[in-house]
Amino acid sequence: MRRTLLQSIVRGPLTEATPEPDEAALAELACSVDHAARTRLGRSLAIRQVDAGSCNGCELEIHALNNAFYDIERFGFRFVASPRHADVLLVTGPVTKNMREALNRAYNAAPDPKWVVAVGGCARDGGLFAGSYACLGGVSQVIPVDLHIPGCPPSPTQLLKGLLALLQHAGANLPSS
Amino acid sequence: MALLDGIPCSSAVTSHRPWPRVVVDADGWQKAIDRLVANEIVLLGLWGDADVVHMALACPEGDAIAVISLECRGGTFPSVGARHAPARRLERAISDLFGLEAAGTPDDRPWLDHQRWDCAHPLGKGGRPKQAIPYRFLPSEGEGLHQVAVGPVHAGIIEPGHFRFAANGEFVVRLEGRLGYVHKGIEALMSGATLDGAARLACRTSGDSAVAYSYAFVSAVESALQIEVPARAVYLRALAAELERLGNHFGDIGAICNDASFALMHAQTGILRERCLRVAETCFGHRLMMDLILPGGLARDLAVDGHAAVTGLLAEIDRAFPRLIELYDKTASLQDRTVGTGVVKPAYARLFGAGGYVGRASGRPLDARRSPGYAPYRDLSFEVPTLQEGDVNARVWIRIREVEQSVQLIRQILAQLPAGAIRAALPSSGEPAEGLALVEAFRGDVLVWVRLDEDRRIARCHLRDASWFQWPLVEAAIEGNIIADFPLCNKSFNCSYSGHDL
Repeated sequence: MRRTLLQSIVRGPLTEATPEPDEAALAELACSVDHAARTRLGRSLAIRQVDAGSCNGCELEIHALNNAFYDIERFGFRFVASPRHADVLLVTGPVTKNMREALNRAYNAAPDPKWVVAVGGCARDGGLFAGSYACLGGVSQVIPVDLHIPGCPPSPTQLLKGLLALLQHAGANLPSS
Repeated sequence: MALLDGIPCSSAVTSHRPWPRVVVDADGWQKAIDRLVANEIVLLGLWGDADVVHMALACPEGDAIAVISLECRGGTFPSVGARHAPARRLERAISDLFGLEAAGTPDDRPWLDHQRWDCAHPLGKGGRPKQAIPYRFLPSEGEGLHQVAVGPVHAGIIEPGHFRFAANGEFVVRLEGRLGYVHKGIEALMSGATLDGAARLACRTSGDSAVAYSYAFVSAVESALQIEVPARAVYLRALAAELERLGNHFGDIGAICNDASFALMHAQTGILRERCLRVAETCFGHRLMMDLILPGGLARDLAVDGHAAVTGLLAEIDRAFPRLIELYDKTASLQDRTVGTGVVKPAYARLFGAGGYVGRASGRPLDARRSPGYAPYRDLSFEVPTLQEGDVNARVWIRIREVEQSVQLIRQILAQLPAGAIRAALPSSGEPAEGLALVEAFRGDVLVWVRLDEDRRIARCHLRDASWFQWPLVEAAIEGNIIADFPLCNKSFNCSYSGHDL
């Protein structure tokens, strides 16, 4: 174990440079987040991930945000275990009818102010599963969505760009004192 | 004794390939159940169709496979689950989706249908939605028992499902899972889909097994249509499948250790997993290799720099992985959590026909790549590691050994990779045809059965994840363990929710 730890120190970090926030995401957020919410949350956001019917591909890439290459915690994001601790709900999947109530409950359990980020093509409009008897076809059918991150699944870099746009927006216009 | 010996049948379906499908009457159906109960044959799958139920069977060695079909007079069929427990949830799903009832079943609770859909029996006779009734969990009685309800939304980045624990203090007396939350209606969406469209759906049945699912789906289609796939595509499919296996095994070995609070391993294997995904993107243009495998071959050839990227990956694994194995083996605090925890008895693995590392860690030495076997694995040499202990530790070791086998397989694939075309042409019409395929995903065998119509669209497609026969074993394995060890046990199985719920 000592050798592994020592090598990690000597080798230097694998963590990659910060990607630029996504322009499209910034534009979408500009009209959705109010000033008061931004000033209260600052630059630290707690994320609660909710799988509302995903194929688990999105979850794999969200998981990857925690690995040494993307290291999402350096930006002030952290994944939390309960919606009650969350500022951001990261929702995946076409929202199956069997998950509608659980998604609603998770949303209502998260304290205000909060954002909802819909991750992946399914979460936007149901994706390949649109039109199924078992799916509602997108997160916005159930709860208000502030930001969509497209992709099937979005890569960790795409996820980071979208979330950084959220952070930049949330942190803008903080009181100077 | 051959697979279908002692099972009287009226006719064989000639358009079903590559294994036989025969039509049986109630007597033949019962005889098959007799042989299942006697442990002479293994249940591979059980699914509904228009007024028919199909049951896939295999011999215990896994190299002979057959499907028997029974017409459901009056919308019922004799319950398999009444005498052979592994069939119960499959029968509940058939009842939900088709409205075909298993006569004599001891468990008539709905499974996938949570009474939230706009109709009942969406793949069968339809009808008004069932009235919502509270779900009856199985009872646990005794002094000092309490219940703990977990999910469907869990405390992590994981898929949704509900777990109901009955516990005495910290010790679990009974665990019952309730699934179906991510039921997307994939089999209904498949009906009428084009072959390429259905392949895209198959890919997204369980995202972590995107390659394995599309591999199984196209194999079933190609068997039905009797299509010869170009040799280069056959080898590149196996390369993609082994890259997928490596990525998942690395991720999960670390995640299991992380659930025992050993984060160092998680960080280190996370690096290897990310390398695998990046190499997959370099080779085939997508980190999870979705939409790569299509009926007839591949959508894309191996990228020009793909060969070098894979070679580099194997070199890094050779360099980094032995040290991590040693780290796992020599960390006493970690072994203290994994050894003896969550034991699956070999008898249960055999009864349920559990595939993947769950079965192989409990003495069931089956791997679909070996038996029944499929191209190109018949021409490659590899071992199927097997252990008897059946605990979390054994499942970790099986995965470690499978990483080593996958590395060897990829070396052989690269060395033997043929040149040439990557996709064969498909006929646009023809007689209706049926195909069945079994492909080894990282967590176990995926079964796909298809029936194609004259226009080469999907008439019916059934996909059965390995998890159907593994989820019940999670419940058996946790009994007598403490609730705090559930995440560790559960992760060592890593069953699919989406692949199961469809």
